[in-house]
Amino acid sequence: METLKEFFSFQDPSIIAVTVGAILLSSSSAVVGTFTFLKKKALVGDAVAHSVLPGICLAFILSGTKNPIYLIIGAFVTGWLSLVIIDHISKKSKLKEDTAIALILSVFFGIGILMLTNIQHSGNAAQTGLDSFLFGKAAALVGNDLIVFGIVAVVLIATVIFFFKELKLMAFDQDYAEAIGLPVKGLELLLTSLTVLAVVTGIQAVGVVLMAAMLITPAAAARFWTNDTRVMTLLAAILGGFSGLSGAFVSYAAPAMPTGPWIVMIISAIALISFFVAPKRGIISRGMEQRKLQRMIMDENLLKELFHLGEKDHDLYKGRSIEEIIEERYFPEKTLRKSLNRLRRQGFLTKTNGDWRYTEAGKMKGQRVVKLHRLWELYLSEKMKIAPDHVHEDAETIEHIITPELEERLEKMFDRRATDPHDEQIPY
Amino acid sequence: MSAFYIILTASLFAISCGLLGSFLILRKMAMVGDAISHAVLPGIVIAFLLTGTRDSFEMILGAALLGIFSTFLIEYFHNKARLQTDAAIGVTFTWLFALGVILISVFAGQVDLDQECVLYGEIAYVPIDLWITDSGAIMGPRALYIAALTLVVNVLFLRIGFKQLYLTTFDPSFAATVGISVSLWNYLLMGAVSMTTVSAFDSVGAILVVALLVAPPATAYLLTEKFSHMLIITCIIAVVISIAGYFLAVWLDGSIAGAIVTVAGILFAITYLFAPNTGLITKRLASA
Repeated sequence: METLKEFFSFQDPSIIAVTVGAILLSSSSAVVGTFTFLKKKALVGDAVAHSVLPGICLAFILSGTKNPIYLIIGAFVTGWLSLVIIDHISKKSKLKEDTAIALILSVFFGIGILMLTNIQHSGNAAQTGLDSFLFGKAAALVGNDLIVFGIVAVVLIATVIFFFKELKLMAFDQDYAEAIGLPVKGLELLLTSLTVLAVVTGIQAVGVVLMAAMLITPAAAARFWTNDTRVMTLLAAILGGFSGLSGAFVSYAAPAMPTGPWIVMIISAIALISFFVAPKRGIISRGMEQRKLQRMIMDENLLKELFHLGEKDHDLYKGRSIEEIIEERYFPEKTLRKSLNRLRRQGFLTKTNGDWRYTEAGKMKGQRVVKLHRLWELYLSEKMKIAPDHVHEDAETIEHIITPELEERLEKMFDRRATDPHDEQIPY
Repeated sequence: MSAFYIILTASLFAISCGLLGSFLILRKMAMVGDAISHAVLPGIVIAFLLTGTRDSFEMILGAALLGIFSTFLIEYFHNKARLQTDAAIGVTFTWLFALGVILISVFAGQVDLDQECVLYGEIAYVPIDLWITDSGAIMGPRALYIAALTLVVNVLFLRIGFKQLYLTTFDPSFAATVGISVSLWNYLLMGAVSMTTVSAFDSVGAILVVALLVAPPATAYLLTEKFSHMLIITCIIAVVISIAGYFLAVWLDGSIAGAIVTVAGILFAITYLFAPNTGLITKRLASA
């Protein structure tokens, strides 16, 4: 707690620098990553991250200094080149995109490692610190570097805001964007350049391997909370920025800890939690929705079978034992008992001496399912010309989904016909 | 002699990776292989903490479990949360890799691992790290034995499961109808990839394993239509890049693993441009 207070009092000016840097780097790559995510090109960021290494080494060999401007230019060139080659391979040869990405990222990285080790063994004193591109050095970003990368981050965010509408269209419907006269090629170029720039700056914070997370993970997390691209981009930026801030804090509280991996750990934790608990799209919410649906289908099927039993002995309200129901149609006994009790609680069934019988409401509900089933069979065989012995399966599914509006239309369509294609009574 | 040891070790690993990689790229799972090679890191660290050695059965087991776990996570997020595959891969492997790096720093005093080693290994140390039996007999480089064992296990696995792997790769729905479990063989293959990654990471580094998984089979794929030929060409390429890469590294005084990958890249580029029938320039010349 004490450390937390100390950290946020920002008494040490270098803390401000590091914190601002980490937030800017993380949120700018999150913003750009949102669009690569939406274009389903998330792993392209990973490829670029690995491919900038030879560029950085080449820039160093040619210029002999670690001036960030030169290094950014070098990184930009090879990062960009890698995307062009990936695109070419996956479009012009029989190799698939995933192979092209894995191939280019590992080969470029291998070349980069060869150059880097060559530089390191050459004894040039200026090279120390070049490997910070490999692992990131968010906590050590100071002075000139920070200013340069800060500016790039701001430029990235501003460009995305400025071209937001165009980028969004591109991400969702490229053909449409082309049809209404947007310069699709130019925009594609823009997004590629933004990705490369985001990678080049983000690598400073987390290093080559984890850079992919800075682009993908905030966007993936944000996607689970909203369907609105604008909100999603903003949320991704906030989540990215928050993880950057937390990373800076961790490196302040425990200097031995690597900042980059902590930033990634925090944003990943946020993403994992989102995958599970987000309303509607989350795994838990989806699972609950699915269970609710399964229960509804089970309940309706049970009421339907009770109706079938009643039809046979012309006594819809007769009490039925569990064995009798299972004989009519097999249900696992545990599921059946649960469903029976649920229906009793809801007032559709009553239980006397171990026998289950309809209430008025239960009969109505069971009758409706049977009616919908038979009406649909009628519809399939008469209107769709499907043989009567092929219509049951389909009706078995649709009977649970038909809305009251559709029900009314079906009834009208057949003028309340008395029997279905199997000559069974349609109960109205 | 040490040059020979290094080249032999590299070749054995490259052949193991290439054989598995041939299946990966045809299954469109090259990036899953990439993900696994990163994701095994926490398994390596934990196994190291528990056993205190770098090459133990537990370590291979730990990593294989992690590899299978990451494959499972990718599919779980894709199926249950409907997360697009590329994002599921990206989120999963970076998370596990970050965890591994953090574990290394937390137990920095106890774990003889560092990030450089994880990224690009150091095959140059192979001849120094000798396997000495309890009676004091020097049996040769330890990594060489590991590489040979890995290759034997992989060849046995592919030999025994060839029919199943072949069918699940080329016609999964047919495989399912004849009663071959597609997901079981998928997990077995991913387990083999994880195991190979771990055995190789000491020498070539977890990341450069990806290049060995992908580059030789991708090159071979451009040269032939026949799967059996593809496997043979992959093995030849694996040996060629190991030899050429070693001498390139000596000449440039750089990382041997990096040089091997560089040669693999050059070989791919040449094939991509000049392969008979499929080469970019060959085609252009033919049509001119």
